[in-house]
Amino acid sequence: MNISSFILRRLAQMLPTLLGVMVLIFILFNWVGGDPAYILAGKISDPKMIASIRKQLGVDQSYLVQFWIFVKQVFTFDFGRSWSTNELVSNILKTRLGPTLTLMIPCVIIETVIAVICAVLVAYSRGSLIDRVVMVSSTVIMSISFLVYIIAFQWLFGYQLQWFPVQGWTGSVWRNLLIYAPLPVMLSVFVSMAPSLRLYRSFILDEMCNDYVRTARAKGLSEHTVMLKHVLRNAAIPIVTNVAAALPTTLVGLFLLEFFFSIPGLGREMVVAVSNSDFPIVKAVTVYLAVLTMVVNLLVDVMYRWLDPRVSFK
Amino acid sequence: MTHPTAIAPSNESPGMWRRAWQRLRQDRVAMVSLGVIAFFLLLIAMSRTGLIAAHWSDEVAPSYADPAWHLDPAAATTNAVVGIPNTQLGAPVDISDIDPLAPRYAELKERTAKIAHEKAEQATWLPFGADKWGHNVLTKTIKGAEVSITVGVLAALLALFIGTLLGASAGYFGGFIDDALEWLYNVFTSIPYVLLILAVAAIFSRGFLTIVLILGLTNWTGMYRLVRAEYLKHSERAYVRAAEALGASHASRMFRHILPNISHVLLVQYSRYVVDAIKAEVILSFLGLGIPVDMVSWGTILAETQEEVVIGKWSQIIAAGGSMALLVTAISMLTDALRDALDPKLNE
Repeated sequence: MNISSFILRRLAQMLPTLLGVMVLIFILFNWVGGDPAYILAGKISDPKMIASIRKQLGVDQSYLVQFWIFVKQVFTFDFGRSWSTNELVSNILKTRLGPTLTLMIPCVIIETVIAVICAVLVAYSRGSLIDRVVMVSSTVIMSISFLVYIIAFQWLFGYQLQWFPVQGWTGSVWRNLLIYAPLPVMLSVFVSMAPSLRLYRSFILDEMCNDYVRTARAKGLSEHTVMLKHVLRNAAIPIVTNVAAALPTTLVGLFLLEFFFSIPGLGREMVVAVSNSDFPIVKAVTVYLAVLTMVVNLLVDVMYRWLDPRVSFK
Repeated sequence: MTHPTAIAPSNESPGMWRRAWQRLRQDRVAMVSLGVIAFFLLLIAMSRTGLIAAHWSDEVAPSYADPAWHLDPAAATTNAVVGIPNTQLGAPVDISDIDPLAPRYAELKERTAKIAHEKAEQATWLPFGADKWGHNVLTKTIKGAEVSITVGVLAALLALFIGTLLGASAGYFGGFIDDALEWLYNVFTSIPYVLLILAVAAIFSRGFLTIVLILGLTNWTGMYRLVRAEYLKHSERAYVRAAEALGASHASRMFRHILPNISHVLLVQYSRYVVDAIKAEVILSFLGLGIPVDMVSWGTILAETQEEVVIGKWSQIIAAGGSMALLVTAISMLTDALRDALDPKLNE
């Protein structure tokens, strides 16, 4: 089967899942969440505006009509306005994506590079003291709450050493990257290192058990060549697909960092919207991130087959 | 000719659990972890029944009192503001000439004196000092542990129940039920976990049971996957067919015959869920989306520490962060050891 029909078939399979996500969100916010008038009463003093929001959501009509309104919102990118700030939801999503990506791209690149280098070193010296120290310390690092690291890093680098500001953001990408992003990026890399390192180590160890490694060594290749040209190239397949598959989770993981560093990204918007019961934003972020996750999963599948010719497109 | 007793087979072969337990006892790390977990469970049982930490919210020390092994109760009752010597505070400024309430000073004083105010007994032992409101950090952390761990245990139990029920149905019945549940699984896994928790938290009001529900209803997918795979494998096995031939009902085959055989999978995944749920509760409570304000958990304690470390007060972050790290490490280590001890491939 060729690649385009594979993608088409997978896209078709995505539709029922997307429908399910929309039904789930609809049930949560329109059915369990109840009449928005109760929430809006505390936010908006103008009864006419509440009435217009109720009308826009079709609260008086049957659930089927309400669901249809929601589906139309998803496909036209029109979720109306925020219940708290009256800003257009589509505008919020557009303007908040930039800061999130400014954080996310360096995070993913730096974390992957460092984790792979460490994993190769640790896997190569398997069973040695270094290996055991790294494995045990990564278990301990993983057990401490993310929040403790945020507080400790903000205190150490922001307050004590004064290397980076604890909060702030500007319109300039370079300024953001050089001044405001390093501390949250460092935190994210530090926290996600331990689980990635353990995973990549197991991928590399799996490859090192293969016959071709013995053959390469028997040919008299240096350990350097065996590790870098043979083992790492094969271990790269699960590593790359794993990095890609984890992208949506990484994105959501940055939500908390954005909140603590007051970075005007999607995540901070989401956390604030949740505490304000600002349903339009919560619904929009959830739906589109679910779509993103599905698309990423499809791309990962395609990439996996493209990287590893042994797996066919079926 | 052999003696009959020599070949008499031992008809008692140790069961899976007993053999696993024997292997686990050899593992020193696992036993220490088990001890730590037992200690925490004992602590929260005592705190739950009110034996300890029942009065955690009493003002037993001056605000931000330093850690001390032995405090003189007489000195503690002077109620001095810690860190600021009385001499620096100076005498109160007399503003009676411009204060519109000045004529009523005597009356107000009299009324103040009438208000019964009970002073809590001052603590003599403060290993972690006191917080902003003069609560003993040690008892507060124990109370917080009780709430966080109880949420973790209950939410994981709910997730275990949902995941097992759905996974067993999908794997055992197959067909339409399997297709429908696979669809549900795809729907839930296409929304990242933390995002799903936040979305659900947006709808429900804050509360202890609410957070258990949120965490339990959102994290069943991993268990579903594992249980479904096990049921696919087991439902065709000979012992299940034999049970069917003997007239065992579907429910009996699913839960009386197959379930005990996969219980080790459930146990390992359950301990992972407890860790997930504790971590998620801490984050939600930190963000103010978790437990209600009249309760205390590790998350709410950590939320207070953000401003405390800047003024050099580390006792709460060390107490709450440290005890949480200790418990999570113990559970993770025990999970790894359990997985190895229960792995049927390593059995022989």
